[in-house]
Amino acid sequence: MDQPAIEFRRVVKRYGDTTAVAGIDLQIEQGELVTFLGPSGCGKTTSLRLIAGLELPSSGQVYIAGRDVSHDPASSRNIGMVFQSYALFPHMSVLENVIYGPTLRGLSKRAAIDSARELLDLIGLQGLGDRLPSELSGGQQQRVAVARAIIQQPDVILFDEPLSNVDAKLRRKVRDEIRSLQRRFGLTAVYVTHDQEEALAVSDRIVVMNQGQIEQVGPPSMLYERPKNAFIANFIGDANLISGVIQGGIFKATDVLIPLQDQDGPAVISVRPERIGLLSGGSATILSASYLGSRIEYLVDALIGEVLVSRPIFEPRFEAQDSVTLQFDPTTIIRVG
Amino acid sequence: MNRVSLTWARFSWPTFLVFLTLILPWYDSGSESVFAEAIGDKSWLFPIVLLTGILSILALIDPNWRRHALAGPLVITGLCWLFLQAFTIGLRGPHWLLILDLFPSAVDGQTGFGFGAWALVLALVGALSEVLAARGFCRGDRFASFSVIGIASLLGLFVLFPILKLVFAAFVSNDGVISIYPFFSRLVAPDLWGAACLIGAGRCGVVINSVVLGILAGISATGLGLALALLVSRTDFRMKRWLRALSILPIITPPFVVGVAIIVLFGRTGIITVEVASLLEIRPSRWVYGLPGILMAQILAFTPVAFLVILSALEAINPTLEEASTTLGARPLTTFRKVTLPLLRPALAAAFLLTFIESLADFGNPIVLGGGYDVLSTKIFFAVVGAQYDLGRAATLSVVLLLLTVTAFAIQQVWVGRSTYVTVSGRSDAGLVSPAPPVIKWIAVLMVAPFVFFTFGVYLIVLIGGFVHDIARMELAPTFTHLWTAFSFEISDTGLQLYGSAWNSMITTLWVSALSAPLTMGIGILTAWLIARQEFAGKHIFEFITLLSFAIPGTVVGVSYIAAFNIPPIDMTGTLWILVICFVFRNMPVGMRAGLAALAQIDRSMEEASQTMGAGGARVLRDVVLPLIKPSVFTALVYAFVTAMTAVSAVIFLVSARHNMATAYIMGRVENGEYALAIAYSTVLMLVMIVCVALMNLMIGRRILGRRLSFKEGSPS
Repeated sequence: MDQPAIEFRRVVKRYGDTTAVAGIDLQIEQGELVTFLGPSGCGKTTSLRLIAGLELPSSGQVYIAGRDVSHDPASSRNIGMVFQSYALFPHMSVLENVIYGPTLRGLSKRAAIDSARELLDLIGLQGLGDRLPSELSGGQQQRVAVARAIIQQPDVILFDEPLSNVDAKLRRKVRDEIRSLQRRFGLTAVYVTHDQEEALAVSDRIVVMNQGQIEQVGPPSMLYERPKNAFIANFIGDANLISGVIQGGIFKATDVLIPLQDQDGPAVISVRPERIGLLSGGSATILSASYLGSRIEYLVDALIGEVLVSRPIFEPRFEAQDSVTLQFDPTTIIRVG
Repeated sequence: MNRVSLTWARFSWPTFLVFLTLILPWYDSGSESVFAEAIGDKSWLFPIVLLTGILSILALIDPNWRRHALAGPLVITGLCWLFLQAFTIGLRGPHWLLILDLFPSAVDGQTGFGFGAWALVLALVGALSEVLAARGFCRGDRFASFSVIGIASLLGLFVLFPILKLVFAAFVSNDGVISIYPFFSRLVAPDLWGAACLIGAGRCGVVINSVVLGILAGISATGLGLALALLVSRTDFRMKRWLRALSILPIITPPFVVGVAIIVLFGRTGIITVEVASLLEIRPSRWVYGLPGILMAQILAFTPVAFLVILSALEAINPTLEEASTTLGARPLTTFRKVTLPLLRPALAAAFLLTFIESLADFGNPIVLGGGYDVLSTKIFFAVVGAQYDLGRAATLSVVLLLLTVTAFAIQQVWVGRSTYVTVSGRSDAGLVSPAPPVIKWIAVLMVAPFVFFTFGVYLIVLIGGFVHDIARMELAPTFTHLWTAFSFEISDTGLQLYGSAWNSMITTLWVSALSAPLTMGIGILTAWLIARQEFAGKHIFEFITLLSFAIPGTVVGVSYIAAFNIPPIDMTGTLWILVICFVFRNMPVGMRAGLAALAQIDRSMEEASQTMGAGGARVLRDVVLPLIKPSVFTALVYAFVTAMTAVSAVIFLVSARHNMATAYIMGRVENGEYALAIAYSTVLMLVMIVCVALMNLMIGRRILGRRLSFKEGSPS
């Protein structure tokens, strides 16, 4: 099938006077995992709920598998959703939870139970079918929620911040589980998170949203290495944003001169903290040094302002008040404004 | 995609329409279908037949009829025409002569709605909800859409319409002319606003009387409620559990019985009056009739309400606040004065306003104990039921009463509702509840003690009064005569024969309660679900109207139902149904409150999960919501049942010789001075209630406890 699994066409969602989603165009391909990433209130959860049918767009269209579903309620769309709180039915056993969807859609109870057992075995919950959700651990509950969402082969599976209720230590494991399940079943998945590291790790593509609009769409590496604007640069990873002027292929900001082939005029550049080198002696001063185990982060007071620098642990260390010189690598500098 | 529901979506309401127009009798007394009537001499019905016909054909040829541009206009025109013709052509012909030019045969008039008309209204409302759902109303959920439109229609018909009709009646003069003058002349009558009693000269107007009574009852009940709440939650007082139990008593106490007990104790020949009089060597008087008696009865009845409101606020105060005050060096009394009491202020105001409203709406106590002290509710009653049937006057008085209660209610909602101090936030940090300072404790005990003695005395009278020879004269020989008068029966060859004078009303009461309780609960919970979980245009108005029905006194409801449902197109007075409907819409807000409170505890995403797996609104409600809120469903059911058995203010206007209710029967006995019979019947009523609630508990409650429930779903342990 050539058509995108999901398509947004100028989708707007308003609640009274506030606009949660302000005219989004987006295509999500079959079998890819796309993450909606952004600060709280950016419209990412609303966008997910628009796909689910838990919200209907104020204007514009939502297509799932080539069909315009803009007016269809959630119950008549073929989607699966994993909720932040898992939303397992506490009055039903694990098995009853999993067969709930298939029986609603007309599968016989026997057939539903058979496929549910098969699925539960597959995701490592064998023998727990008769338990109540409250008798399972958090991680097990999460797997039941996933099983419940994928059992009826949905057109798309939606994850609403699925890791926010998982212990910090388990997150990486659960994250990888979700990713491998999605790959194994060839599912199209949409994943909402506010955690940029989680988004970088799990996604085929990331949609960065801000104030109801899409800022940039692309694979994780592209967003990190080639952020389109200051917001992206700042939101994904840490960035030093330096304002200055480009003149004849040189970027100038007070005492900093960096070769940068771009249009002349005022400009903002983004420099990643790990891409700045430190040399002993100079006009800049170390304000603080934070030891983080794998690296050391320095806050440096330079003429261009405060600059964050991150250096590997094995390099020579500096202390607060030391004088240093900043060293920029022109090839890793991106103009973001 | 659910195939069954698709078919229903396509053919449902329109197919139903054809069936209705062709088969069901249109009018309520001996008539044919609307089709037959329309081609007969009721030609003004023809547009209805035409519109429904077109709609049905549209649905047959267009599988997507719900989104067809014509569907909406057709349905709305149909509904409008249906009500327009019903209200313009009455029993005695059209209200405007112009209509005779269009439909000459309208001169014979028409009777009220029958099965056919009601079913058509239902079908058109159903079709309207389908059309709206197809346009994204209620996020496209057809069940929710139908529920919203349906409940809004019901509220419009049985809450708003009667009230509007009542207000209208206040502007109609006694000879039927509509103008603003009669309303004002009734409004400024001196027996409404006279304030002579306040300066100690003569009697006050009925409005002043009501307000004075309301304020006194509010202050006393709030003060006692605070004392009780402090004793229960802040002391080691040993009778705590009994005090809590005491708060349930007024709910199951039939009206009048407290009034009768007060008369037996304090009336002119009352036990205590006579004792005290002989002790002080004065002549026993009728002192209790009037303000003192009503106030006593109301304090007894409303203190528990105030108690519960204040108690919940007191228990919600974060103990660390009081601990903080103590660590800052405040003595217990200072902490109480500077921290606890100010935090309770919104609850105290709420308790006062609630009891004020209840006092104004109270009918049972003033009618028994009022004497010459007239209040609005009794005045309204006598304007309609007394020798002088004066609906205009009753309507005017009702408007005044309604304005008072609605204002108090609005203040409570807006002012108190906003300034509630929420001191518990999610996880409460543990702290120990600090006990009330000893001074406060003893003041509370001193306040509560007379109240408890008084309650005890009253219920002692109630308990034995029905089963002794004559309680009023202290003739305490046990007897079952009174009971037998009310409930005598005989088992003969022809079967069970019921002779007792009370059987009729008892059986009606049971029927009405049994019919109205599940309906009340169902509509209440459904409304709660719609308000808590659905987004739809006009939700604020919807919510406002449901809230409004809290504030409408029963007396006003009774009069408004008479004003609205005595004549076609909706003539229901004198039927069993009007009693059922009256209870459903009077008590529905309570079911709604229970539902809202329960829904607030449930993670909304469980319902959304159910939706994403293919469940429509009805399935979500059945599979997920109801199982999780069962306890409050049960509470709503019990409350609706019990209230229907004990309510009096509205039904007293709506009972008929054929369908008499227990409370109306008891009122008749009280008026005749047959106190023992009234008490005996009340006792039986209370017993029946207890048995019924126990039975409900056995049938439904068992299943609630059957499953282990964890409401905090999804939280990692």
